[in-house]
Amino acid sequence: MDTHLTEAAAGPTPQDYKSDVKPIWCPGCGDYSVLAGITRAMATMGLERHNTAVVSGIGCSSRIPAYTSCYGYHAVHGRALAVASGLKLARPDLAVLVFGGDGDGFSIGGNHFLHACRRNVDMTYIVMDNQVYGMTKGQASPTTESDWCESKLTPEGPGVNPIQPVQLALACGANFVARGFSGNPNEVARLIVEGVKHPGFSVIHVLSPCVTFRPEQRTWKSTVHPYGREPTDDPNEAMRAVLEDDGFGLGIFLAGNRRPFQPASAASRTIAQIEEGFAV
Amino acid sequence: MTVDSVTIAFVGSGGAGVMTAGQMLLDAAANVGWYGLMSRSSGPQIRGGEAAAFVRLSPRPVLAPGDRFDVIVAFDWQNVERFAAELPLSADSVIVTDPAQGEVPAVLAASGAKQIEMPIKELAAAIPGGRVNMVGLGAVAAVIGLPRAGIDAVIEKALGKKGEAALAASAAGIDAGAREAKGWNLGLELPTPQRGGAARWNISGNEAAGLGALKGGVKFCAAYPITPATEILEWLAPNLAKTGGALVQAEDELASITMCLGASFGGVPSITATAGPGLSLMTEAIGLGVASETPVVIVDVQRGGPSTGIPTKSEQSDLNIAVYGLHGDAPHLVVGPTSIDDCLFTTQWAVHLAEALQTPAIVLSDQAMGQSRAVVDKPAEAPFVARRLLADSLDGEAKYKRYADTPSGVSPAAIPGMPGGEHTADGLEHAENALPSSQSSDHQKQLDKRLRKLTSHDFGDAWADIEGEGEVAVVTWGSSTGPAREAVRRLAAEGRKARLVALRLITPAQPAKLAAALEGVEKVLVVEQTHGAQFHKFLRAHYDLPGTVSVFSRPGPLPIRAREVHDTLASLI
Repeated sequence: MDTHLTEAAAGPTPQDYKSDVKPIWCPGCGDYSVLAGITRAMATMGLERHNTAVVSGIGCSSRIPAYTSCYGYHAVHGRALAVASGLKLARPDLAVLVFGGDGDGFSIGGNHFLHACRRNVDMTYIVMDNQVYGMTKGQASPTTESDWCESKLTPEGPGVNPIQPVQLALACGANFVARGFSGNPNEVARLIVEGVKHPGFSVIHVLSPCVTFRPEQRTWKSTVHPYGREPTDDPNEAMRAVLEDDGFGLGIFLAGNRRPFQPASAASRTIAQIEEGFAV
Repeated sequence: MTVDSVTIAFVGSGGAGVMTAGQMLLDAAANVGWYGLMSRSSGPQIRGGEAAAFVRLSPRPVLAPGDRFDVIVAFDWQNVERFAAELPLSADSVIVTDPAQGEVPAVLAASGAKQIEMPIKELAAAIPGGRVNMVGLGAVAAVIGLPRAGIDAVIEKALGKKGEAALAASAAGIDAGAREAKGWNLGLELPTPQRGGAARWNISGNEAAGLGALKGGVKFCAAYPITPATEILEWLAPNLAKTGGALVQAEDELASITMCLGASFGGVPSITATAGPGLSLMTEAIGLGVASETPVVIVDVQRGGPSTGIPTKSEQSDLNIAVYGLHGDAPHLVVGPTSIDDCLFTTQWAVHLAEALQTPAIVLSDQAMGQSRAVVDKPAEAPFVARRLLADSLDGEAKYKRYADTPSGVSPAAIPGMPGGEHTADGLEHAENALPSSQSSDHQKQLDKRLRKLTSHDFGDAWADIEGEGEVAVVTWGSSTGPAREAVRRLAAEGRKARLVALRLITPAQPAKLAAALEGVEKVLVVEQTHGAQFHKFLRAHYDLPGTVSVFSRPGPLPIRAREVHDTLASLI
């Protein structure tokens, strides 16, 4: 990863990492600010666009790859982390970033999230949480409150408890866990830079309001607050603290020391030598 | 008196070592210069339960299982009724049975086969560390005239590390069995083997598929275990690592296929292997591979279906899902190996085709090929390797178009690391520049080009195995090819003419080539191992078949036997 961090004096600007495609998002969507934070982080790190791959699944926030000027893969719903894992394992020379939403990451992609956390491939996952499926026009997601009654699909409310992504990430073994808020793109950019630089799998949970289907989330700007602790490298300590958090604390919860996963591989034999094993 | 081939079954419950006996018999036969085929039948149990090893040996290459068993050696009769249908016998057959295990079950005795009693357990018990399977192996070796040196080499290789005592116990067991069999005079000796000539291999279909992947240039595999495909993945794990590639175990098939797509997006030729249930889970992502033009190879080692079906036994019934299982208009490659050793060529070819045409390729193997071993002439080298058409001028003024509408339909690819080629590959329909588009003109253009790259490609001679002549033709595919080929050759030896056309390339269909192969044919026999005659219906949808057409279609797990195809063809001539 370090090979793509350059210290050029007249380095790239966030604009260099934006494509000329106009986002499909609604006016006021938090994802605009997250995108700004992403491109700012890329410029800060001086990532080489051709050596950076941006992977996503399906959903509003999963549209991000085409809005950047890097290589991108816009995959199917829920599989972004698996696509990205394969890419990074096969091409460890690339910087790999993954973007998606709460439905893509924790519902249809929940199993891959669990295993990406425990596999600890060296890549960074930015998950934009607005507690709703926006692209399909407003259904409850795994992070929606159980008594949210605004969806035609669950008019009495989903009736099941939401999951807390940061707790889940820690429980599953993610090596770097942080939370940001789209209303503060500079902080989002800082967290992304820290996450990309940190070896292993980094999860950055970004609260990103959906002003169309969850207009009450406009108040998040007064709900969020600094997490108030220094990052720890101890997952147990991080989990204890996160259990006391209200879900709106911003900052880095864990910067752990687990070694990233990379299968051993060394070209020590030719195919001709291998196939000799079949000779009678 | 000698015979042209001999077919043997070792049967018994778990712990008797039937698979070891079968494997050692095949290996020993290979050592002395015979060809052979070993297939296996087992229940779902991890350990224990009923099991049988089926071995056919011959001085000539073995194309298919035998018509019936010449010799069955039973270490016990537990649960044998569960696979009695897989043990065809005749009055000429011989059942070697241990009187201590009770009478020969009526379902087998009814064949009128000769019964020979041998106190297998007692003989083994008399040897310190003796095992029944070695006694059985010794008896069979004596019956078929297998030179002792061939067995000794196998024992040495298999048990050398376990020390002298183990070697001595095995040798004593084999001696005991051979002594018993000496007086049987069954007339089942194979001709003295001739060594020399071409080099030979002893290989399973699953190993061959793994080797084909390596030879095609695969450097990445994401794996999720499933019977009967796991051996491909287990073979690839160390051998990919030794050749500079990598295998990763995925959390499920949704992940294994999408990990492969990710690696392939990175320019690294990728493969996964699965069976029907896994292929079902992968279909959405295979469609992503079609739409995003990301090459990937999926080997489906078919088993009895639908649902969990019969995981340990063979069938050809994933043809429909492989061909038609993707939503939308999603042209892709489907190929099927025509023999155990052809699993090598066909998988290697699939890697080449997937990369050349930038689309997914499904390789339809099956349990009968994947988990069987054959002694074969060393497969010929094939020139097919992964070579993706890459963009070569990315520094010009014009913005790179990932999905450029070229005459061949294949668009030069840019992969991460190539400056100027940055784009987002997409499962959303897109314009030539890769940006999402829902416009009818873009949809039409991209559908056209994704189809055209398949239909305009020259697949050469590898599209089918063709042999024989005459006005009657058998048209088949996959593991049904073996018995069909043997049937055609037997007919030829009898002076009767028949043709074999075994499709290796299932999609895209090759109507002009099949029409040429069937020129002058008046009767067609379609042979396949499905309940729903899936291959026949596929042929009807994509080809004009000449003359009258009849169908020999039967579901697994009973293998299709050469005699059945021979007799059906003979009735048509």
